[in-house]
Amino acid sequence: MSSATAPAHDNTFGQDDTYLYHHFDDLHQQHESSSLGMWAFLATEVLFFGGVLGAFAIVQTLHAPAMRAASHHLDVLLGAINTGVLLCSSLAMALAVRAAQLRQDRHTVWLLIATIVLGSAFLGIKAYEWIHDYHEELVPGLNFNQERYPGRQILFWSFYFTLTGIHALHMVIGIVIMAIMAVLVWRRWFTGGGATQIEMLGLYWHFVDIVWVFLYPILYLINK
Amino acid sequence: MSHEPQADDPRLVEESDPKLGYLGSDFSIKSWLLTTDHKRIALLYLASITFFFIFGGVAASLVRMELMTPRGDVFNAPDDYNRTFTIHGVFMVFFFLIPGVPAVLGNFLLPLMIGARDLAFPRINLLSWYIYMLGGLFTMYALVAGGVDTGWTFYTPYSTMFSNTQVIAAALGIFIVGFSSILTALNFIVTIHTMRAPGMTWLRLPLFIWAHYATSLIIVLGTPVLAITIVLVAVERVFRVGIFDPAYGGDPLLFQHLFWFYSHPAVYIMILPSFGVISEIVTAFARRKIFGYSFMAGALLAIAVLGFLVWGHHMFVSSQSMYAGLIFSVLSFLVAVPSGIKVFNWTATLYKGSVSFRTPMLYALGFIGLFTIGGLTGLVLSTMATDVHVHDTYFVVAHFHYIMVGGMVMAYLGGLHFWWPKMTGRMYSEFWGALSALTVFIGFNLTFFPQFILGYMGMPRRYYEYPEEFQVLNVMSTAGASILAVGYLMPLIYLPISLLIGKVANANPWAAYGLEWTTASPPPTHNFEEIPIVTGGPYDYELQDRADQQREVQEQGIV
Amino acid sequence: MWDFPLFPQSASTHAPKVDAVYIGLMIVSAAFTLSFAFFVLYFAVKYRRGSRADRSGIQDSNPIAEAVYITVPTLLGIGLFVWGALVYFELVSPPGDAVDIYVIGKQWMWKAQHPEGSKEINELHVPVGQPVRLVMTSQDVIHSFYIPAFRVKQDVLPGRYTTLWFQPTKVGRYRLFCAEYCGAEHSRMGGWVTVMEPSEYEEWLEGSSEQTGMAVAGEALFRQYHCSGCHGGNSTVKAPPLEGVFGGPVPLLNDPADPNSGVRIIQADERYLRDSILRPKDEVVAGYEPLMPSFEGQIPEEDMLKLVAYIKSIGRGRTTRPTTDRGMQDGEGAPSNITEIMGMGTGNGGDAR
Repeated sequence: MSSATAPAHDNTFGQDDTYLYHHFDDLHQQHESSSLGMWAFLATEVLFFGGVLGAFAIVQTLHAPAMRAASHHLDVLLGAINTGVLLCSSLAMALAVRAAQLRQDRHTVWLLIATIVLGSAFLGIKAYEWIHDYHEELVPGLNFNQERYPGRQILFWSFYFTLTGIHALHMVIGIVIMAIMAVLVWRRWFTGGGATQIEMLGLYWHFVDIVWVFLYPILYLINK
Repeated sequence: MSHEPQADDPRLVEESDPKLGYLGSDFSIKSWLLTTDHKRIALLYLASITFFFIFGGVAASLVRMELMTPRGDVFNAPDDYNRTFTIHGVFMVFFFLIPGVPAVLGNFLLPLMIGARDLAFPRINLLSWYIYMLGGLFTMYALVAGGVDTGWTFYTPYSTMFSNTQVIAAALGIFIVGFSSILTALNFIVTIHTMRAPGMTWLRLPLFIWAHYATSLIIVLGTPVLAITIVLVAVERVFRVGIFDPAYGGDPLLFQHLFWFYSHPAVYIMILPSFGVISEIVTAFARRKIFGYSFMAGALLAIAVLGFLVWGHHMFVSSQSMYAGLIFSVLSFLVAVPSGIKVFNWTATLYKGSVSFRTPMLYALGFIGLFTIGGLTGLVLSTMATDVHVHDTYFVVAHFHYIMVGGMVMAYLGGLHFWWPKMTGRMYSEFWGALSALTVFIGFNLTFFPQFILGYMGMPRRYYEYPEEFQVLNVMSTAGASILAVGYLMPLIYLPISLLIGKVANANPWAAYGLEWTTASPPPTHNFEEIPIVTGGPYDYELQDRADQQREVQEQGIV
Repeated sequence: MWDFPLFPQSASTHAPKVDAVYIGLMIVSAAFTLSFAFFVLYFAVKYRRGSRADRSGIQDSNPIAEAVYITVPTLLGIGLFVWGALVYFELVSPPGDAVDIYVIGKQWMWKAQHPEGSKEINELHVPVGQPVRLVMTSQDVIHSFYIPAFRVKQDVLPGRYTTLWFQPTKVGRYRLFCAEYCGAEHSRMGGWVTVMEPSEYEEWLEGSSEQTGMAVAGEALFRQYHCSGCHGGNSTVKAPPLEGVFGGPVPLLNDPADPNSGVRIIQADERYLRDSILRPKDEVVAGYEPLMPSFEGQIPEEDMLKLVAYIKSIGRGRTTRPTTDRGMQDGEGAPSNITEIMGMGTGNGGDAR
């Protein structure tokens, strides 16, 4: 961090021109509301993934051998690389939040771009894996080969594509919002440098990463 | 907390009319469709929810007409009947019962009751109305143009592999409207946490607020599970992936577990806000502090938590393990206890009160009676031995209508009448109000009480045709439904009329206690001329009466 | 026509027990409802605005009253729960001497076959006084087999067997319904259950055109599907013999793909037989190679029931434990060790996985 002039205390609101909406008393209350709202939204997301993960956990317990057999066809190395890529993107995002709080607009934009690049790299690797799965006739509903992968293995792939699919969808949404944010920060659209908005986006992005940190062992490593 | 001066952007705080309050700031349609004022959004919801209620109600009338005779006659084919009861179920559950009280009364009153200028996220509030309308109209199109014949429960594998109707479109519509619920609930949670007026501590919150807080928690934690379940149904339908299909080793019961994990708590989403409404009305018309405030608030949270642990009582005959059944059964008995506490305490609140029988109170007393019957018949369903017999019969239909219609709709109408002067600044006709409350109560009992007997006699639900021995009770039920319909039509007529010719209401026409009654009727756009400072607990009618007496004495002294 | 029954006919040993629980619940409900109604109206009138009733000594809360509100309903509730659960245990525990009748639900009819071979559609003939156990499955969606006069109901699912038992006590004809919504003709998917004197029942069985018993027909199918090629007495392939399997303990590999993964014991029931035919590689008997091919999609449900009837006929007699059939099927997620802790049986689907 190059910002030696940053104030020592973490109070980045109130000392600037951040816009206060009419129904709030002060900036502190406004920031607290945004933050609590985001956390509550993430609670919703936890249950969204939790529903399908719970279902998968039951199927996984009941049909463990078939699930383990199916899991063999996943590429552990690619999954591990992807985990690393995503963790790096989280780091970039955390730095972007910091930069935004310090009102370093150019830094913020570049770090957001870095996050977008890393997130896209993740999606690229994921897409490569999916295409590979397609060639291996592993996609239920499109070309699943019941002869090659007998028994209940198809259930693993149904859950695999559902879970990674909704995770990827969350990433795409995050990347789109990040791109919009980067443009807005670049054009100095936010009165307060977008610190609150980027902080909330950061929470969302970290959440999406954490979901992957759970998905990776559950899907890739269960046969180990 | 330091109070900084507000941002002085004139676009944000609209000038409000001194007489018409928030209603008079701007009359253009655009100002309504782009409003971020929680009170105007509440009225948008009121209009759209009424519209969907009528839609679902017409479907219900058709269903009841069909059931007048044992043979199919109103509909040409069973398919049309099945589509109609699906319309009734989907619209009443997802577009009326779940959003009803929170989106209309909650939206309007929550900031007023805690002394805030608006909800924490006014634009998200407006967005959630648009999402609600999008989901509603989309589902309406799917159900009317295409038709869906699965019932509102979408049981697999019928919904995924066998039904040839627009299941995916309907599922998408319900998925969309779920977002609307979630956004409203998020808004409520954040508002209650961060926007309370100075002095409004947690234990000074009106029970209406506690009820909405508990409801919002259930919505935030339950709705996403329904969302993912619906996504899985749609994925299964499109790609035949087999998660719920035994042909691939999947399990249809998994759907039922996921579905009821949301849909049982959803029952509490429907009824908890009503508990809040009834607590406000009973205290106002008994002029007493609520009996056992902390138990009432605790009971709301207990129901919210226990409500998540009883879903399996919908599955006693589904071939679920009997050990799971035992646990779900005993927990279902336990969840009845906090509901019982509420009824006990409402009754105790009347004791040594000063009771007046205005329209909202009539609705509230009706609610207490009907909810008690609905709750206690629930015990028949949580007892495994009797549930085996009455599961999926008209007994279940009668039970949940006692909770939903006898409970939620009575409370909704009671609350609407109670706060109508606050919302509109006009009084409705007390005569017609009382008559409608009475008509609804009588019509309701005549409609649904016979269904308990029908159910125990063994008539299964969702039957287009039925054996002749069930006809007498069915005719009674249909006759009751026509009275009920008249009862519902009355407010639809006299409430709008009151806007034109009703007496102008003052700020507090019921002499009720609570912050919402301290501001003008209708309130100004920014709710309060000055943010109130709260010094006492809720429902302090004694204090209010003493103050009134003192004022009278003083005034008389001056005269 | 103006008689006004509040209860359906009562024609099984369950019916009076279920009715007793119901009446008990109704008495409790009525007591609560009426006392609430009384107190609400009494207070509302006595303390109406302007009345001169004594209003001194108002309490805002009373912990003792709240404690009573909480404990009395809780204890009452637990009592009712226990009563209901005890009756429920009987509802799901068929006696050992029950005869099995096989039922298939499909859109929109009920097909039944008696072990002696008689087939019927939307009708079920049973002898009075004889416990009957229905082994049921569905060919398509979920149905629910419901006889109000017997107070019994059980969902019928595709891909698995569920069971239901009753002991008729009165000769007569009783309605049969499908209680789980199953599509367009749901309301027409029903018929009659005829309870007959045992002698008449015998006559009825003999009058049927289908005189081949299910087990005998199953034996023929056993050869037709080439099961006997490996499971038969003098086959060269090493496959477990099926004599004495049903109703007895079966050692299964913990991991079907790994012969050294250890062994667990399950009780062979209808579920096990069915799954072993359709998905033989999921449960492999210890000491045998997983060689058997899957018969998924090759055996119609009716044939499957006959095969099961045949393998049962050479087994050890049916298990009578309550968990055997209603017990844990796949996907309901209750941990299997509960059954072991409670010592109520080991031979159910949950353990088997």
